[in-house]
Amino acid sequence: MTQLANANAGVVVEQLRAWNAQAIAQVVEYRGETTIVVPRELLRATALECRDNPSLQFNLLSDATCVDRFPVEPRFELNYSLVSIPRRDRLRLRTRVSAQHPVVDSLMPVWPGANWLEREVFDLFGIHFEGHTDLRRLLLPDGFEGFPLRRDFPTEGQR
Amino acid sequence: MSTAETAIGTSKAMVLNMGPQHPSTHGVLRVLLELDGENVLTAVPDIGYLHTGIEKSCEHKTYSQAITLTDRIDYLNPLGNNLVYCLAVEKLLGLEVPKRAQYIRVMMVELQRISSHLVWLGTHALDMGAMSVMLYCFREREEILKIFERFSGQRMMTSYIRIGGLAVQTPAGWREQVKRFLDMMPPRIDEYEALLTENPIWQGRLKGVGYLPPETLIAMSTTGPGLRAAGVPFDNRKDFPYSGYEEFQFDVPTRTESDCYARYLVRVAEMRESVKIARQAMDKISDDGPIKAEAPGIIPPEREKMKTEMEALIYHFKIFTEGFSPPPGEAYAVVESPRGELGCFVASDGSPKPLRVHFRGPSFVNLQALPNMVRGQLIADTVACIGTIDIVLGEVDR
Repeated sequence: MTQLANANAGVVVEQLRAWNAQAIAQVVEYRGETTIVVPRELLRATALECRDNPSLQFNLLSDATCVDRFPVEPRFELNYSLVSIPRRDRLRLRTRVSAQHPVVDSLMPVWPGANWLEREVFDLFGIHFEGHTDLRRLLLPDGFEGFPLRRDFPTEGQR
Repeated sequence: MSTAETAIGTSKAMVLNMGPQHPSTHGVLRVLLELDGENVLTAVPDIGYLHTGIEKSCEHKTYSQAITLTDRIDYLNPLGNNLVYCLAVEKLLGLEVPKRAQYIRVMMVELQRISSHLVWLGTHALDMGAMSVMLYCFREREEILKIFERFSGQRMMTSYIRIGGLAVQTPAGWREQVKRFLDMMPPRIDEYEALLTENPIWQGRLKGVGYLPPETLIAMSTTGPGLRAAGVPFDNRKDFPYSGYEEFQFDVPTRTESDCYARYLVRVAEMRESVKIARQAMDKISDDGPIKAEAPGIIPPEREKMKTEMEALIYHFKIFTEGFSPPPGEAYAVVESPRGELGCFVASDGSPKPLRVHFRGPSFVNLQALPNMVRGQLIADTVACIGTIDIVLGEVDR
């Protein structure tokens, strides 16, 4: 599929850079998708800016998920897929989290819809979301040990 | 236990366990209801009873093998799941799919949308006490399943859409069969509407029930008919076209009431639009042409070629023993499933097995809005709300 580069991507990156240059650690353009790598501390502030800046208007959080790059450190990559319904645009925010300190700010105050998406990541990857109001296991039973979507968790389960 | 103010004084709230074995939860959804008499104070959905670890299993299969798992996520929309996964992997590979295959994909997922909405309509009417609608809906759905069987050999878990194209060539006589179905469908939709739309019981059960303002729905990440019934015309087929949807003429039905009745009307209107799209797609599909991309080493070669060409035999062997390796990177593909935005995130580390496959299931995300929807309503309305969110527990739990 020949994908044209996202025409809006430059505007989005410029707006965010004008707001806070530190918020953009890296910009990845791949197959027509724009990913902005954000430092862990600035994740919530950047998300707020993405939602509230009138020329960004990313009002819908489509997805939040994690990639475990074990044994690379920091091993966890959180990916947030944002949608701007009025501007018909998509953006991915990415932040990296280490295994020693798997904590990141919850985006629930920005998009309440982050609730279950983050609970799922907590459940399956063991990443804590600071400020989440209801951080419990979601898919697995409460007494379950381990985090099955981590790469070092065996597919056949722990015996 | 909390207390609640009522007209006759302070009463104790009761906690009621609805499900996981409850016919109106459409599978194994458990909802903890805190009740004041018939009124719902809080509702806490508890999910995970159908969790089978599909995403983990995908990481231990090659890219092609994972397709059969995607069928089983949203079991009312297997072709849509195939499509979103294949779109994501095709994006990773930078693969161009032939136009003919794209149109067949569109036609199949639109038929799938009709069949999914039919199951929704039938079961939801059953929940609301209208028995006969279910029989009509399943009668028409059977015709769609017969079409799927003709195309792929399977009625439900078709695995028909493959990376780079389709599994097999179009079968003989498909055009007449699809045409017969598409001609039959609009009058049949009129029949359902005659039974329900003006029905005072149906209206009484659904009108004004489960209202949520559009701002709340967007904040809760709700997509699909639920959001469109609140007046937001967000549809990935229009806003982020894929698989050639930009070439089709169709409307995005919306309502503004944002209650269960509006969601019903939107779904019925969507069935009519799907008939329109499927008809256009049928006209666009040529009688003859390729259904797979030209990509040696990724797409399995034709049987005939394998018998005559050395390279084809080698590629065939390599694809089925080792698989193919997309370049490292991530891709997120999105389609409009019958329930809303169905996303698939695939990350590759350059090996023949995906590093991560994640499905953003619309029913999983939409179900989050249930507590807001039923707060202050009656228990019976909870059933209506669960029904019009249109959850498929296979997708919620994955």
